[in-house]
Amino acid sequence: MSQKIERDQQRFKKIVRGKVKSNLSKYIGRGEMIGKKGNDLVSIPLPQIDIPQFRYGEKGSGGVGQGEGQPGQPLTAPRGDSDAGAGDQPGGHILEVELSLEELAAIMGEELALPRIEPRGKKNIVTTRDKYTGIRQAGPESLRHFKRTFKRALKRQISSGVYDPKNPTVMPIREDKQYRSWKEIQKPESVACIIYMMDVSGSMTDEQKEIVRVESFWIDTWIKKHYKGIQTIYIIHDAVAQEVDEHTFYHTRESGGTKISSAYELCDKIINQRFPPDQWNLYAFHFSDGDNWGDDIPHCIEILTERLLPKVNLFGYGQVESPYGSGEFFDYIKEMLGEKANVVASRIPDREAILGSIKEFLGTGR
Amino acid sequence: MGIPYNTNLPPDLRALQVEIEGYAREFGLDFYETIFEVLDADDLNEVAAYGGFPTRYPHWSFGMAYEELRKGYDYGLSKIYEMVINNDPCFAYLMRCNHVVDQKLVMAHVYGHCDFFKNNAYFAHTSRKMMDEMANHGVRMRRYVEKHGEDEVEAFMDRCMSIDDLIDVHSVAIKRREESQRYDFKEEVDEAVRLTRFKSKDYMDDYINPRAALKAEEEQHKKLREATAKSFPEKPEKDILLFLIEHAPLKPWQRDVLSIVRDEAYYFAPQGMTKVMNEGWASYWHSTIMTERALEPWECIDYADHHSGTMATSRTRINPYKLGIELFRDIEERWNTGRFGKDYDDCDDLEKRRTWDRKLGLGRQKIFEVRRVHNDITFIETFLTPEFCRKHRLFSFAFNDQTEQYLIESREFEKIKKRLLFSLTNFGKPWIYAVDANYRNRGELLLKHEHNGIDLEMDKASATLANIQHIWSRPVHLQTVVEKQPSMMSFDGSEHTIKTLGESDDARKHTPAKSR
Repeated sequence: MSQKIERDQQRFKKIVRGKVKSNLSKYIGRGEMIGKKGNDLVSIPLPQIDIPQFRYGEKGSGGVGQGEGQPGQPLTAPRGDSDAGAGDQPGGHILEVELSLEELAAIMGEELALPRIEPRGKKNIVTTRDKYTGIRQAGPESLRHFKRTFKRALKRQISSGVYDPKNPTVMPIREDKQYRSWKEIQKPESVACIIYMMDVSGSMTDEQKEIVRVESFWIDTWIKKHYKGIQTIYIIHDAVAQEVDEHTFYHTRESGGTKISSAYELCDKIINQRFPPDQWNLYAFHFSDGDNWGDDIPHCIEILTERLLPKVNLFGYGQVESPYGSGEFFDYIKEMLGEKANVVASRIPDREAILGSIKEFLGTGR
Repeated sequence: MGIPYNTNLPPDLRALQVEIEGYAREFGLDFYETIFEVLDADDLNEVAAYGGFPTRYPHWSFGMAYEELRKGYDYGLSKIYEMVINNDPCFAYLMRCNHVVDQKLVMAHVYGHCDFFKNNAYFAHTSRKMMDEMANHGVRMRRYVEKHGEDEVEAFMDRCMSIDDLIDVHSVAIKRREESQRYDFKEEVDEAVRLTRFKSKDYMDDYINPRAALKAEEEQHKKLREATAKSFPEKPEKDILLFLIEHAPLKPWQRDVLSIVRDEAYYFAPQGMTKVMNEGWASYWHSTIMTERALEPWECIDYADHHSGTMATSRTRINPYKLGIELFRDIEERWNTGRFGKDYDDCDDLEKRRTWDRKLGLGRQKIFEVRRVHNDITFIETFLTPEFCRKHRLFSFAFNDQTEQYLIESREFEKIKKRLLFSLTNFGKPWIYAVDANYRNRGELLLKHEHNGIDLEMDKASATLANIQHIWSRPVHLQTVVEKQPSMMSFDGSEHTIKTLGESDDARKHTPAKSR
């Protein structure tokens, strides 16, 4: 049954999408979505979707209730204690819409006009899958086509006169039996590996790590939309680099010098060992505050140009602004590698800039 | 009826309906023919989202309402038991999957509503063919959508719905002004001023009609004319919707959309004005009919469970069902025992008051009278008593500015009553009037918020103001009070401004002007 409400519902959803879109940087910047998976619903408060009307404010307002309590006792939690309490305020009403993360990512893609990622053609892995499409005369009993088998048996019994309507027993014999058969189909399947590298030297503060966290989360979500299997590798580095798990990646704080090349070396090593570029779509993102040990820069550029760049779909360098770092590495990357198609460098001074930076990274469609 | 669902009442429910209707009539309820429709949960949510009218015009806000209802139902948080439409015949909706005892309860409840719709004075003006009118509105709206495009019509509808509460609910009963004189241009003709001149010869003129006297007279005329020059609107106009329909520069279809929204607002208004009474009356009757007639022994537990669920009280808001039913019961008891009038009021002996019983037996008769003539405000004004507040543990609460939370304010009768009446007056919404349609002599619209202690919610107020500005097309101003300072909010089509009024420069030096 088609309902009349559907149209209005669609219209409403469209408005919601529009609202989400126009406030996207606010929602994208929120940290608490992190850790959710594609089908998880995230609820987004949309305070302004209601049609506005003249209303009394809270100050000086009041009402009547029923029940226990002495004058002076609080009825509701003080504001600011928790956001979750909004529901029990008299008259409080904030519309929470629920979107799946995937939908949100799609909205993000739309808003940023992100191109669909084109997996590198020849490097697709081909997998074979079985698909049951046909019927044949022989096969294992477990694949027997019940209905066809008995139909044929019935046909045979009627035509040979063995069938007795009074005693409708149908017994298939060997010739009646039909089995399902399958075809092997080849399916290209694209897999990808995302390698995140982050500078955890003393100059990176928690706020900057949070920015990296949020940004990499959305990059993850977007790339995951386009690939079947995704592997994520995390590398942290100060003067030396090491591979870590996700939690460590976001929570480690070292103090020490910075040698970016160490991370690139390790990245290259991991690729060579575990993710042969002819089978994997590779994405490498490096986040740092741009401070590097002076002599190290030529070495970095060399590793990048000669070893890493030929292998990866995309290399992204994101520079968060820190109060300590000089931020010169950005200029080097820009200068030396700016003309390469699969290199993107982006500055992320604050949370507001995350969205724009995502666009820079993913706008290449690689 | 063009309801696109299979709504036929199955035979068992039909038999129930006959039974319950019989009880309702036996108790003296008086109602239009009532048609019950049975719907699945989904359809019921849909009809509810449309305010009970499946044929209503399309608008996204109904889609939003539906989403919320559906989610509430899916998660098992809320469920619509009953819905009834003020119409002749009355339409009422039942949920297919409800238990028999629920269906009985709902039917009994519905007959209470139907009786109320038909007999309460405040519903007298409402159209009893609203089902058809709504369908009609729907057709018109759809035609405009086809002709002018969905986005344009929708944007305009949003604006209209944003001010659909700026009506004057009492205007249906009181004639506040002459019918609009749009084609009456008489008053604009300037009467030539005739000065008193005495007949005289030319050479005597300066003495018989001295210049100074003539001038003074002319001056006087001028003053008089200025004083009588009518402001427009003549008196502050509360029905701002009507004012805009009559005077805003709208295209014909826009005018029509605005009047559709206004018609529906007036149709729904009495339901808002009598929420406590209406629900109380219906609850009173479902409880009476069920417990005295319809209930089977094995249904008692379920009935008690669902009845008490409906009557649940909360510390943060008043439950109109509970307040209503208890007030009606209280009135019935008071008039049965004669606890009213001077003798009772003057009696100071608590024990005597407690056992007061004149055996008048007027209770039933009284509540039927009450349901005919009162609305929520007069109902509570007249019948809320200190004893009632104590018995039902009512208290008033207020927002505390320091801690930004609601605190229990008082258990004093006067305070409770005041809060309660305030929340019901003008539907608990601010009073806004159109004061001057030619403000600053520039065709700008001046609105006034009758401030009574509570400021407006500023974000919403400025968004609403912008909507009015779009309709009026010239700048719009709202005179209000912000944090004890008289202020003027303005929107000129591109920019919101707010400034503090009536403050001399001296005063400003001492108290820094509070701006938002």
